[in-house]
Amino acid sequence: MRPILLSGHERALTQIKYNRDGDLIFSVSKDQQICVWFAHNGERLGTYHGHVGAIWTVDVDPTSTIIASGSADNTIRLWDIKSGKCLKTWEFPTAVKRVEFNEDGTKLLGVTEKRMGHLGTIVVLDIKVDVDAEQTDEKELTIVCDESKATVAGWSYLSKYIIAGHEDGSVSQYDGKTGDLIYNIPIHELNMAITDLQWSPDRTYFITASKDKTSKLITASELEVLKTYIADTPLNSATITTKKDFVVLGGGQAAMDVTRTSARQGKFEARFYHKIFEDEIGRVRGHFGPLNTVAADPTGKGYASGGEDGYVRVHQFDKGYFDFMYEVERERQNRLA
Amino acid sequence: MAPSFDHLRDEDLDEDDFDQDEVDISDLQEKYEVSLEQGYDTFVVVDNLPQVDEGKKPSLIKFLLKKLNTVGKTREDLIFMPMGEDGQSLRFAFVEYSSAAEAAAAVRQLDLVPLDKKNIMRVNKLTDIDRYGREGRIDENYTPPKIEEFHEQEHLRSFMADPTGRGRDQFVMYRGDSVGVFWNNEKDQPENIVDRPHWTETFVQWSPLGTYLTSVHAQGVQLWGGPSWTRQKRFPHPFVNLVAFSPGEKYLVTWSNRPIAIPDEGHPILTLDDDGKNYIIWDIETSKPIRSFAQLDILGPPDENGVKKPLKAPWPAFKWSADDKYVARLTPGASISVYELPRMNLLDKTAIKIEGVVDFEWAPASPQRDGIKTYEQLFCFWTPEIGSNPARVAMMSIPSKEVVRSLNLFSVTDAKLHWQSDAAYLCVKVDRHSKSKKSQATTLEIFRVKEKGVPVEVVDTIKDTVINFAWEPKGDRFVIITTTEPVAATAVPPKTSVTFFCPEKMKGSAIGNFKHLRTLDKKNNNAIYWSPKGRFVVVATVHNQQSSDLDFFDLDFEGEKPESDKDMTANLQLMNTADHYGVTDVEWDPSGRFVATWASAWKHSMENGYHIYDFKGEVLREEPIEKFKQFQWRPRPATLLSKEEQKTIRKNLREYSRIFEVEDTERINSADVAVVQERRRLLEEWLAWRKSMEEEVAEERAALGLPADPVADLLKAKTAELAAGEEEKIIEEIMEEVLEETEEIVA
Repeated sequence: MRPILLSGHERALTQIKYNRDGDLIFSVSKDQQICVWFAHNGERLGTYHGHVGAIWTVDVDPTSTIIASGSADNTIRLWDIKSGKCLKTWEFPTAVKRVEFNEDGTKLLGVTEKRMGHLGTIVVLDIKVDVDAEQTDEKELTIVCDESKATVAGWSYLSKYIIAGHEDGSVSQYDGKTGDLIYNIPIHELNMAITDLQWSPDRTYFITASKDKTSKLITASELEVLKTYIADTPLNSATITTKKDFVVLGGGQAAMDVTRTSARQGKFEARFYHKIFEDEIGRVRGHFGPLNTVAADPTGKGYASGGEDGYVRVHQFDKGYFDFMYEVERERQNRLA
Repeated sequence: MAPSFDHLRDEDLDEDDFDQDEVDISDLQEKYEVSLEQGYDTFVVVDNLPQVDEGKKPSLIKFLLKKLNTVGKTREDLIFMPMGEDGQSLRFAFVEYSSAAEAAAAVRQLDLVPLDKKNIMRVNKLTDIDRYGREGRIDENYTPPKIEEFHEQEHLRSFMADPTGRGRDQFVMYRGDSVGVFWNNEKDQPENIVDRPHWTETFVQWSPLGTYLTSVHAQGVQLWGGPSWTRQKRFPHPFVNLVAFSPGEKYLVTWSNRPIAIPDEGHPILTLDDDGKNYIIWDIETSKPIRSFAQLDILGPPDENGVKKPLKAPWPAFKWSADDKYVARLTPGASISVYELPRMNLLDKTAIKIEGVVDFEWAPASPQRDGIKTYEQLFCFWTPEIGSNPARVAMMSIPSKEVVRSLNLFSVTDAKLHWQSDAAYLCVKVDRHSKSKKSQATTLEIFRVKEKGVPVEVVDTIKDTVINFAWEPKGDRFVIITTTEPVAATAVPPKTSVTFFCPEKMKGSAIGNFKHLRTLDKKNNNAIYWSPKGRFVVVATVHNQQSSDLDFFDLDFEGEKPESDKDMTANLQLMNTADHYGVTDVEWDPSGRFVATWASAWKHSMENGYHIYDFKGEVLREEPIEKFKQFQWRPRPATLLSKEEQKTIRKNLREYSRIFEVEDTERINSADVAVVQERRRLLEEWLAWRKSMEEEVAEERAALGLPADPVADLLKAKTAELAAGEEEKIIEEIMEEVLEETEEIVA
C-alpha cells in the first residue's frame, strides 16, 4: 500500500472529505486554502480562494456540485466545485468549526465556536444545490449550546436528528426540525473533548473520536454505544470504512504535550480496528506529526489522512486488505456462497 | 469506599448515613483519655529507698541525684524526701524533672534499678500513684478479664492455592489512584482479584513472605490479606514515609521524616515516650509498638563552605538478622547497636564500638561455618583508613561479638558488601585509588564463609570501575558491570561492559577459584537481575533516555560448550534481547518463570506501562497503562517440600511437564473456541441489528413518501441535466510507459 503524498498545504491539515463517488478529495488546512485532488493519482484539480483565516472544515454535497467550508474568519462559504467560484458567504460572530450537509444536500449545519461572550451554537441553513440559484441569508434554525460547547455535529438519516459531540465528552441528540434537545449523554470521559464525528453510509450510526484515547460507535436514534475502540494516544479523528467492517482512527500526542517528540513517542499512526470485534488489526505509519483527520473513500477503495505535518497521504488498499477476514466472517461468507 | 484510617469501623459504613454526633465514643474517651494534671506530670515518686536520718539524708540525695540525672535534669532542691516523726526518712522521695518527657523516661529506665544490694528502686509517675494508688480507685476484688470469643480468621496463605490449579503467581499494580491485585495470565489479560481506588496514599508493598499487602497513609500503615482482602493490622505511625519488614514477617519498622508529636489528648497506641521519635519497631502479630527511636543526626562531609550538612537518613536504618532475632543500627563512624528481640533490648546493654565504621550487612541466611556448632548470626562491616591504620573489613559473630575474620586493605576509596543469598560467600567490592588518587580500579575480595577459617579470595583482574555486582541466588556465580570512567552526571552515560564470573571445575564437591568467564563490551547496561532460582539472568539498561535493552542470559545452556570454557562451571548463552522503551524497573516473579518490566510514572511520563517476558526473554504481554506507578510480584514463602521431595520432582520433570503441556494446549484450545464463539455472537448480533435498523429506516422513508435512496434521484437528475447541456464526451487517457531504455555509444 504505497501512499500518494499530497504536499499542497503549507500548514496543518484540519479536515479531509471524499465526495460520494470517491474520485475527488477535498482538503482544508490552517493555511487558508481549500484544495481539491483526484483521488486516483493525487493530481491537484484546483484550489478555492477567499477565506482569510484558518479553515477548520469542509463538506461536499452528495451530487458533487457544491462544497461548503467553515473558517476562523467567522464565515461559512459555499463554492461551485467546477468553477471554483464563491457562491455565498454567511457571517457569524465567531469561528466556524464544523459544517455538514444532510443526506440530500438541502440543509447545511454549522458549528460555531464559543468565544468573546458568544455561546457556541449549531446553525442550520437551507441550501439550494444549484450553482445559479440565489441562496437565502436566513438561518433556518439556531441551537445554542449553553452547557458545554459543541465541537462537532452532523445529520442523521432522514435529517431526523442533529447529533453533536461536546467539549465535555458528552453527545447530544437534537430534533432535526425544531432543534429541541432530546438527549444529552456523557459518552466519553468527562471533559475530554470529542474531536470528530463521522457517519456510516446510511447515517444510522456514527463514530466519535475523543481526547480520552477512545473512539466509540454509537447509534443515531438511541445514542447507544455499540462498540468502543481503545487506543493509546489522544484521538483527533475516526472514520468508518465501507466494503470492509473496519474503522480507522488517527491521533497522536500533540507536540505541546511531550517534551521530546520522536516518531516513536508521538504514535503518529493511522490505526485500523475491526468494527465489530473491536480488535486492533494494523497500523499505517508515515506522518511525522499527529493525524488531525482521516477519511475513508465511500467506495471502499482507500483512505486518506491529514496531519499536523501539512501532508495528506492517500492510500489505495491492496489485495491483502480485501482478502483479510476473520474466521467467523469467512465462515459466514462460505455459508452464503 | 476507599479504605483508610478515616473509616476505622469494620462495618462498611456509608459516609452519608453516618452522623458523627450519634457515635458514642464515651467508652473510648474513658479508655484513652490521658488526664495530665498540669504541673504534676513532671513529678515522679521514687520508692524503696533505704531508711536514713537527717544526717545521712544529703548524701543519699546526692547519690540519688546521680542516678536521676542520667535520664533527665533535676536538682537537689527539686527532690523532696519527707521525714517521719521519728526522724527517720519514710523511704520515698518526690522528684521534679524539667519536663514530662524526662519524667516518663525516668519511669521507663530507672524503675527496678538496684540502688545497692538490698534496695531496688521503684519509680512511678506521681499522677499514676494518684490515679491507681488512692483508696477505692482500684477494685479490691479480682475480676477475671473477659476473654474475647474465638473468631476464625481467614487463611492468610490462601493465595498460594491458585483456583485454576496452575500455580500462577499474583502481582499488585498501582496505577492512577487505584491498586489492584491480579493473577498472572501470561499472554492474556491478567485476572483481577481485587481492585480498590485510593487503597494507598503513596505506595504499596508486599510483606517478604507475601502474607500481607501494605498500604501507606498519612495516619499510618495498614496490612491487608486473606481471601477477602480485609484489613489485618494497623500501625498508626503518623506521617509514615517508609516501611520495612523483618525477613520472617515478625516485625515491622516504620519511619517518618517528621518526628512523632503526641497530641495533648494522647494517642490511642503510642505513648509520650514515643514523642520526638522517627522510627518505630512494631510486633506484627500483636500490632503493638515495641520500641521507638529518634533519627540519628549524621553530618555529611563538609561542602565547599566547610558546612556539614546532615545526610539523608539511610534506609533501611534497621537491618535484620536472617532469623528475626536481632536488629542492628549503625551509628556512622562510631558503633553498631545490636538489639535482641523480642524485647528490643540492647545486646549486652552496650553498642559495639567500631571506630570509623561506614557500613555493615547481616548475612541473609543463618550461616554454617565449618566446625562451628553453636548458634550464631554474622554480620560484616568495614572501616576506612584512619590515620596510619589500614582500612578493614571484618565479620562479627553475634551474640558472641567475636570477630571471626578480618581483612586489612589499603588505598580504599569505597567498599560495598555483597552477601550471597545462602551466606556462603561475601564479596567485598573495593574501589581503590592509585597513590596519586587519580585512577581507580576495583578488586573483589571474596570471603568463603562455609570453608574452614573463612579463606579470602581476591579477584584483581578488573581494570575498570565496577558499578554493579550481583551474586547468583543460591549459586556461586556472579555478574559485574564495569565502566572505564567513573560515573558522573553526564548527558550520555559511558559505555559499560558486562562480565561473568564462575568458579573453576573441581574434583568432588569442592568449589574452585572464581574465574573470568566472559566479557561483553560496548554495552549500555547498568542493572543486573538474577532469577530467584539462579541460572538465568537479565542484564538491563534502566532509567536511560537513549537505550533500554534487556539481555536474557542462560548460564547452564544445554547446547554445545565452547572448548575454552571446559573447565568452567557455566555455559553462557545469550537467549534473547528485548527492548522496553523507558523501562525503569525489572522484577522476576518468585518462581523464576516470568520477568516483569515496567516504566513507572514516578520516574517519567513516557509510555508508562508494563511488559511480561518469560525467562527466555520472549515477550508475552505488553500493556501500556496511563499513570502506571508500581508493579510488584507477590512473594512466596519457602517451599515446604524436603530436599528429597524436590529431587524426586526434578527427576520426574519430564512426566510433569507432559501433563502440564497437555493441560496448556487444552486450555488454549478451549480459550480459542471461546473467542471464536464470542466473535460469532458479536457478528450475529451486529448483522441482526443492521437488518432491523435498515428495515426501520426503509419503513420510515416509505411512510414519509421519500425514495429509498435519497441521493440516487438527485444524481439521475444531475446526469440528465449535464447530458442535456453538452455532448457526451469520451475522455481518453493515454498512458506511456518506458519498458526498456538502452544507450549505445557509437564510436
